Amino acid sequence: MSKSAIVFLACLALLVLHQDVWFWDDDQTLLLGFLPVGLAYHAVYSVVVAVFWRWASGFAWPKELEESAEDSSEDSKRI
Amino acid sequence: MASLIVVLVYLGLLLGLGAWSRRFFRGTSRDFFVASHSIGPFLLLMSVFGTTMTAFALVGSTGKAFERGIGVYGLMASMSGLVHAAVFFFIGMRLWAIGKRNAFVTQVQFFRARFGSASIGYVLFPVLVLLMIPYLLIGIVGAGKTLLPVTAGALPGLFPNPETPQWVGGIPEWLTGLVVCGVAFSYVFLGGSRGAAWANTFQTLVFMAMGVLAFFLIARSLGGFRQATELSARFNLEGFLVQTHRYDSEAGVLRENDPPKVIGKYAGEAAEVAGRRPLLARKPTSVELYDQDAATGEETRFSRQYGIGKWMFFSYLFIPLSAGMFPHLFQHWLTARSAKSFRLTFVAHPLCILAVWVPCVLIGTWATGILPPLESSKVSAVLGTMVSTLVGSPLLSGLLTAGILAAIMSSLDSQFLSLGTMFTNDVVLQAAGPRRFSDREILRIARGFVLGVVVIAYLLSRIVPQNIFDLAVWCFTGFSALTPLVIGSLYWRRTTLAGAYASIAVGMLSLFYFFYKSGYGGEYAIGPGIVPAAVCVLAAGVALVTVSLWTKPPDNEILAKFFPSK
Repeated sequence: MSKSAIVFLACLALLVLHQDVWFWDDDQTLLLGFLPVGLAYHAVYSVVVAVFWRWASGFAWPKELEESAEDSSEDSKRI
Repeated sequence: MASLIVVLVYLGLLLGLGAWSRRFFRGTSRDFFVASHSIGPFLLLMSVFGTTMTAFALVGSTGKAFERGIGVYGLMASMSGLVHAAVFFFIGMRLWAIGKRNAFVTQVQFFRARFGSASIGYVLFPVLVLLMIPYLLIGIVGAGKTLLPVTAGALPGLFPNPETPQWVGGIPEWLTGLVVCGVAFSYVFLGGSRGAAWANTFQTLVFMAMGVLAFFLIARSLGGFRQATELSARFNLEGFLVQTHRYDSEAGVLRENDPPKVIGKYAGEAAEVAGRRPLLARKPTSVELYDQDAATGEETRFSRQYGIGKWMFFSYLFIPLSAGMFPHLFQHWLTARSAKSFRLTFVAHPLCILAVWVPCVLIGTWATGILPPLESSKVSAVLGTMVSTLVGSPLLSGLLTAGILAAIMSSLDSQFLSLGTMFTNDVVLQAAGPRRFSDREILRIARGFVLGVVVIAYLLSRIVPQNIFDLAVWCFTGFSALTPLVIGSLYWRRTTLAGAYASIAVGMLSLFYFFYKSGYGGEYAIGPGIVPAAVCVLAAGVALVTVSLWTKPPDNEILAKFFPSK
């Protein structure tokens, strides 16, 4: 399995974690006294996503794309 | 008046930045279109983030949270953080590499080359333009709706505003739209893609800082974060939705309503909701709301569903896929100096979304305890009203308004530039041939088209009275429906021209079908709450695969340019 495919599967796992049905009806729990738990979960989720992409961009960095982009002829720079 | 002066100073600074960026302009059409591929990580992050955040993110999210509650963050923001970054990683970087290698500056150029067909460009071009126009309009309309309440009372002699007597003296929407279009046009005209990237960076920093400032100032006026959240509308024991406090603007203090003010009633049994705060959860809750006109005293009643259904929450993941086909985002990707420039964007984009959306969603839920219930067509004004009502200082109010305008203009400029680039390259240069015009003439044509786009967009903005958030969702749905096309083109060698046509046709037909069913622009959900984008994307994907498999595979000679490793 390619590294990109592993990153894609990890994205799908994060999609599952996005569906936090366990906090759906909770309007009473407030984190830090003001943050509804359903909102706090997704705020933390955003941080987890950032950490995930930090890992993914190191783990599955597409070096070949960089190399192929530099492989541009003078003719193609017409515009 | 002080608020107005601050906004004018801000717009002046922006014009100055545009004029300064011209000093770095290399005078070529390539520099105008894609900044000669010279943009580094930080500018790329700021310009990509500023471009994806518009009136939709600030004004729309606050209004939607006022209508639906905290679920709006998970619905659009946290999902976008994941999906947008995935789009940048799997689609954006690959398009950047192909675009740089082949000197493409528009998506249409890519698809024409990928399928070896000029005609697909003539099909795709009008589709992209038609989808882009509503996206542009939400920025112009949003700017007008934001500035009107904030500047209320500034110039009563000049702007009596008989249609909106509560905001007499405020800058009318037509004038705000005109000024915003003019300023964005000016720095795009002067500095092209680099001017837009610089202006976006400045504006993104401004709107992020001002968003956080607004959040703290509004919270302070409401007695702190804890108290502000406690204020959100709640049900009493009889099932009535009540506001326990009101904000006394004259004295600048929060006062208790004794007895609590009734603003609506639960549609079911009172015992089911007694003591609940429906905006702080996602459970769907139907209410009938009462809104009394401040001037006439006339009461209007309308129904609303707070919360978000689980199917809608899940299926919304198809909406941020739209970023994969935004023409202006494609152009920003191409400005990147190297693939490494994308790295910061992957990581910081979800965090930037967090920094902007959490405050806006909270302000929207807090507003339900302070403002009267508003019909859907009026909720776009929630953020502006909260700022003008709760932030007493005209200076700070002006700064915050400048921040909102910054968010709006940081998208508008890229959209103006992108449409001008598309008209120039996909229509004029395609029809006239590559050597018909000199580079200087191409530059002149591009600037002319940018001006034309600005004028037409402004005139259209005067005749669209829709709720801007709903208008945006339909536009995003259309771009999402085109995403299977770009994914297939990049990752599946077997994707054929006929498959591409089928995907575009099925995606757009399904979009227009649901748009018609929605009554041309309202909210619409299928079955248990599935958003139309889910069906459009899946249908377009099935059409692409099925027709591609039925038709002759593409030439290996063409494929070799796009799948070099195979």
